[in-house]
Amino acid sequence: MRNVMRLWRRSIQTRVVASTVLLSTLVIGGTGWALLSDVADGLADSRRKAAIAEARSGFEVAQAQLDAALESEPDAQAQALTQMVDSLTGVRGGRRAFELVLEGPLGGEDTPVRSSAAIAPGSLPSDLRRSVIKSPGTYWSFSGLSVLGQDDPEPAVAVGSRLRAPRTGDSYAMFYLFSMKEQQDTLDLVRQALLFGGLAMVLMVGGVAWLVSRQVLNPVRLARRIAERYASGSLEQRMHVSGEDDIARLSTSFNQMAASLQSQIRRLENLSRLQQRFVSDVSHELRTPLTTVQMASSVLFEARERFDPQTARSAELLKSELDRFEELLSNLLDLSRFDAGAARLELDAVDLAAIARAGADDPLLQREGIEVRLVGTDEPAVVEADIRRIDRIVRNLLTNAAKYSGSSVVEIEVAQDDEHVSLAVRDFGVGLTGDENIRVFDRFWRADPARTQGGTGLGLPISREDAVLHGGSLQAWGRPGEGSEFVLTLPKTVPTADEQKDGAGGPPPLVRPVFA
Amino acid sequence: MSYRRSKRDRVLVVDDDASLAEMLSIVLEGEGLTTSIVRSGEQVMPEFASFKPDVVLLDLMLPGLDGMSVCRRIRATSAVPIIMLTAKSDTPDVVRGLEAGADDYITKPFKNTELVARIRARLRRTDQLVEPLEFGDIVLDPAGHTVTRKGESLDLTPLEFDLLACLLGNPEQVFTRETLLQKVWGYHHPGDTKLVNVHMTRLRSKIEDDADDPQVIRTVRGVGYQAIAPE
Repeated sequence: MRNVMRLWRRSIQTRVVASTVLLSTLVIGGTGWALLSDVADGLADSRRKAAIAEARSGFEVAQAQLDAALESEPDAQAQALTQMVDSLTGVRGGRRAFELVLEGPLGGEDTPVRSSAAIAPGSLPSDLRRSVIKSPGTYWSFSGLSVLGQDDPEPAVAVGSRLRAPRTGDSYAMFYLFSMKEQQDTLDLVRQALLFGGLAMVLMVGGVAWLVSRQVLNPVRLARRIAERYASGSLEQRMHVSGEDDIARLSTSFNQMAASLQSQIRRLENLSRLQQRFVSDVSHELRTPLTTVQMASSVLFEARERFDPQTARSAELLKSELDRFEELLSNLLDLSRFDAGAARLELDAVDLAAIARAGADDPLLQREGIEVRLVGTDEPAVVEADIRRIDRIVRNLLTNAAKYSGSSVVEIEVAQDDEHVSLAVRDFGVGLTGDENIRVFDRFWRADPARTQGGTGLGLPISREDAVLHGGSLQAWGRPGEGSEFVLTLPKTVPTADEQKDGAGGPPPLVRPVFA
Repeated sequence: MSYRRSKRDRVLVVDDDASLAEMLSIVLEGEGLTTSIVRSGEQVMPEFASFKPDVVLLDLMLPGLDGMSVCRRIRATSAVPIIMLTAKSDTPDVVRGLEAGADDYITKPFKNTELVARIRARLRRTDQLVEPLEFGDIVLDPAGHTVTRKGESLDLTPLEFDLLACLLGNPEQVFTRETLLQKVWGYHHPGDTKLVNVHMTRLRSKIEDDADDPQVIRTVRGVGYQAIAPE
């Protein structure tokens, strides 16, 4: 059942064929029904007319016989009536086309009935009888003709008239019952023919619909397959164009679309290559003078004790701001590499538990007098990753916790399942308020400008880009005044570019966030 | 041109940027090293021959003869330690430079302390060994800085000697790439593991029968390297 629904939803061809079959069934059925009732009416009508004509002549003969009857003796009269019935029914040899019923004389309690065969009671419609008895004239009605000893009543037409014997003044009701079995058989034959013919026609129409829809849909399906290939990035495919019909035009515009997409992409690729080269040139050109300046400032810094206080302070500021400038420059270059899609991973087996343990020994944490708690770092948690990027993420998270949270304790937790490893860095300081857990990843965003000591405001955005580059995620949670946590989750094997496209948002963290 | 012979270690600075070259020279002289500056690739070999440096600081981007070719030329005649200066750490240039024979590289901008640490690490005679070390058919002689295998002398650079001595001096111990970077290259921060990979590949090509199926130094997947004790 589900398969059928699925087929209905997914296949235009199924829908076209099914609705064609349904509609043609309705049309052919309706036409057949109209035709059949027309034929039935015609057959019944002609039979009725013939029956009435034949009955009339019979009535005339009977009336004439009654007019000529001389006997007044009841027995003789009855015999004469029986003879009359026999003579009327026995005119032609072979099978009789009708049965005859003579009732009368009318008026008594028990009306004697004479008939040509053992007609079952009820074969004569009662309203016909009433009309015949009530007033003179010829009346007819359709009815069933049941002969005793036979199973099924046959359809029939009954024609009745009142006769009068002038000598005795008695009235008689006379009925002809004409069987319509022959007409019924004909009708059955016609019905059967129509039924089979209609069924065959419906099947043929369904088949034609299937063929035609296939003819139309095949190029569409081909287009779909090619479009899927375009979507997955291979734009070299083209549709085969033949003729000048709509399908050919579809193929042509499809091919044009692919070509224009390809040229657009090439243009963008070119642009990105240019930007990348510019960035790398800038990097090279800026780095050499920066190195010289930094070395010089270092020399000045080392010698600051020999300077007067103002010069010494200047040397200090020069050095610290140059460090910040260098960090900013390298962060900007990193970000521009991410933006240009030029960032590449150098993959290696990296043990996140070891990284966490090494992070706990970070001199900055020791300098700030921060106690580090390690959770779940005893077992190795190996992922395929670029160690420099991962180390940068973890150091960045620890630096943030040490510098900006005001917490005296930092917790590092590592958790893993079969496919992913999570590393959480938790502090119990000022925490994050409102939507800050999202905004911390905005470029140049700072929680509290007054609290900022140096820093570039680019550390977390870069860390998140690094995580995403691995097919992982970096998420933040926090509660104001209680603390905050950053959870890095990495897949054990870096997914390919295609796989990464599907799973937007990265893997969910394996560590239950405390401050969520 | 003649040089005053002294016990001070000599550093040949090859850089086309005059200010940087001078600054390098100031810092290194301040560290008690003797320096000489060369501004183009073509002048390196003559100066190399007369100055006889103990370490070469080589900028990869040079006008004329580029750093890579200079590196190969020096390596063709000498095992002197070469440290590359590069503005870009993530380009294939670095790997090509290492494959051309450089021992180490340092990315601009760098800290003076980092630079000096790297140079010192290259100047330091290995202190891992005092006695000659026999390891299967390989013999390391720390005094003469020579290595023989099945009696044949192997042509190792000082860095390769240090790397081999570090691993063979502690058989069966697994060294991570990070540890090796610290011990052999003098790194303080996680460095580039491709540095270790490139040199390990070259070392293996010299000491192993089949570098693709190493019998002396084994790779421990996901961890690092380990010398397999001979039976």
